Amino acid sequence: MPIYRYILRRVLLTIPLLFGVTLIAFVISHAVPADPVTANLGQKAMSDPEIVAAFRAEWGLDRPVHEQYLIYLGNLLQGDLGRSIKSRRPVLEDLRAFLPATIELATASVFLGMVMGVAFGLVSALRRNTWLDHGVRVLSLLGVSVPVFWLALLALFVFYARLGWTAGPGRIDVGLTPPPRVTGLLTVDAVLAGDGAVLRNVLAHLLLPALVLASYTTGLIARITRSAMLEVLGQDYIRTARAKGLSPTTVALRHALRNALLPVITVIGFSYGNLLAGTVLTESIFAWPGIGQYAYRASTSLDFPAIMGVSMLIALIFILTNLVVDVLYFILDPRLRAG
Amino acid sequence: MARQVALHGPRAVPGGAPAPWVGAVRFLRRNPLALMGTLIFSAWVFIALFADILAPYDPLAQDIVNRLQPPSRAHWFGTDQLGRDLFARVLYGGRLSLPAGILVILAAGLLGTGVGALAGFVGGWFDEVLMRLTEVFLAFPTIILAMAVAAALGPSLVNAVVAMVVVWWPNYARVVRSLVLGVKSQEYVEAARALGVPESRILLRTVLPNCLAPAVVLATIDLGNAILVFAGLSFLGLGPEPSTPEWGRMVADGIEYFDQWWMAAFPGLAIFTVVMAFNFIGDGIRDALDPRLRGNV
Repeated sequence: MPIYRYILRRVLLTIPLLFGVTLIAFVISHAVPADPVTANLGQKAMSDPEIVAAFRAEWGLDRPVHEQYLIYLGNLLQGDLGRSIKSRRPVLEDLRAFLPATIELATASVFLGMVMGVAFGLVSALRRNTWLDHGVRVLSLLGVSVPVFWLALLALFVFYARLGWTAGPGRIDVGLTPPPRVTGLLTVDAVLAGDGAVLRNVLAHLLLPALVLASYTTGLIARITRSAMLEVLGQDYIRTARAKGLSPTTVALRHALRNALLPVITVIGFSYGNLLAGTVLTESIFAWPGIGQYAYRASTSLDFPAIMGVSMLIALIFILTNLVVDVLYFILDPRLRAG
Repeated sequence: MARQVALHGPRAVPGGAPAPWVGAVRFLRRNPLALMGTLIFSAWVFIALFADILAPYDPLAQDIVNRLQPPSRAHWFGTDQLGRDLFARVLYGGRLSLPAGILVILAAGLLGTGVGALAGFVGGWFDEVLMRLTEVFLAFPTIILAMAVAAALGPSLVNAVVAMVVVWWPNYARVVRSLVLGVKSQEYVEAARALGVPESRILLRTVLPNCLAPAVVLATIDLGNAILVFAGLSFLGLGPEPSTPEWGRMVADGIEYFDQWWMAAFPGLAIFTVVMAFNFIGDGIRDALDPRLRGNV
């Protein structure tokens, strides 16, 4: 199957999924709490009949359920996710302001997790049944077991408060002026502004939260890489490559790792979505102004429209990442194209 | 995502199967990590059962004079902002997290097994609709959907569990469905049908029993995750009410008292050890069941 046809098919398959996501969001936000008005308007607004009436009209709450869903979809398509009870601003505007910080953190974290995970998994598989292997296996099990919000708190306490090795909470030192906003990603913006000092500071702030968030991903990727490598290393073509007299490094990296990486790619894609979700539990600790902290504040104050907005946004990114992974997989695995 | 595990045939091992504990002992002897996991888990079960005897203080008793005390001989894990003994609170926490995790997995497992078995057995549009539905649920990252549902229901212990069941059942539905699809084409199922056994009886007495073992294994492996997500919801303020000795909630309290590290450190350590125990056990089970890795590890 040619690539463009495959991509087209996958994109088309994504559309019903997106509708499904909106349907679930609609059911949660309209059916579960007895009254969406109470869930969406603050107490002060509730006492004003005009605001209540305006809200009912905007979301069509006096109409039949299926019409309400269509209105809901219509509002969504126009970017109207409602108004946050806490910030009093449209949820979409809030998300736009908070998303870049999270993207930056999740990307840095998935990168660290990928590099460390593949390296650990590779070493573990090549040194099978040695102490190194056992050590990596236990470490990766610990990595997937540790509650990330707890690790974040401890890491900040030890490495920042006690040892002073890393920068503190936040994305940048309070005294520094952030680079002019282009992408909202401070690292990229600092590079664009050609400001080395700011870039260094931003990276220093990014390191600890990214490492903490990477604990789970590293463990997961190390485990998958290890088992994929072990499977590939048992294949005939590896024996052939060794018999040809290729150096062990060439066999391990060029022949085995390349093939073992396919399942790893799936996990990396899956992890990216999970990392975005995982920031919900860590950003508040690092005072990281991303959607995670937004979601934390929203959930502790039961700011319902904000919670729905974040959920839908992350589900959307999750679905799109899966799409990209599937397409990548298709490009990288010639067997799929032939089939 | 859970890996599908080997199916067991309907026939007993010739010469009679050995007692289950024989297999378990052999399994634990070959898997030191799984043994350690089992020991840690058993210790936590013991602690949860006898928390009222083991705890030196009442977990809810406030002692404002002795608030925020670091760990000492009198208070092994220190005290919190209201002077409550953290050691007692951590011990009592096992009474919430363990049953909550087990309850979520049981309920989600039953619901998912029901839906998945019906979808796989009935097939056709029924299967199609149910599987598309599970896909949509799985399109959300777990903690996010659980957070949204828990917030919609309102924060409470019961609602956190309900929210997690809502999020968790699709995993089991998918696994059980694929198991049912595998079993239902077996000859012994056809034989039952040829004998005129009613369809509902075939599903309940012939197909399902042959799918259960792998589903139970998956559930064991999953327990750690459930406890982790439960702690996460609780950390977000969507679990039991604030004064309850719940581990995630206690870690959240510790954020405000950053310099009193013990407030977050010990409850978090409790979550960590429980989840670790399940992952150690799960890892052993996976190794034992995955023939490709057998002998390699």
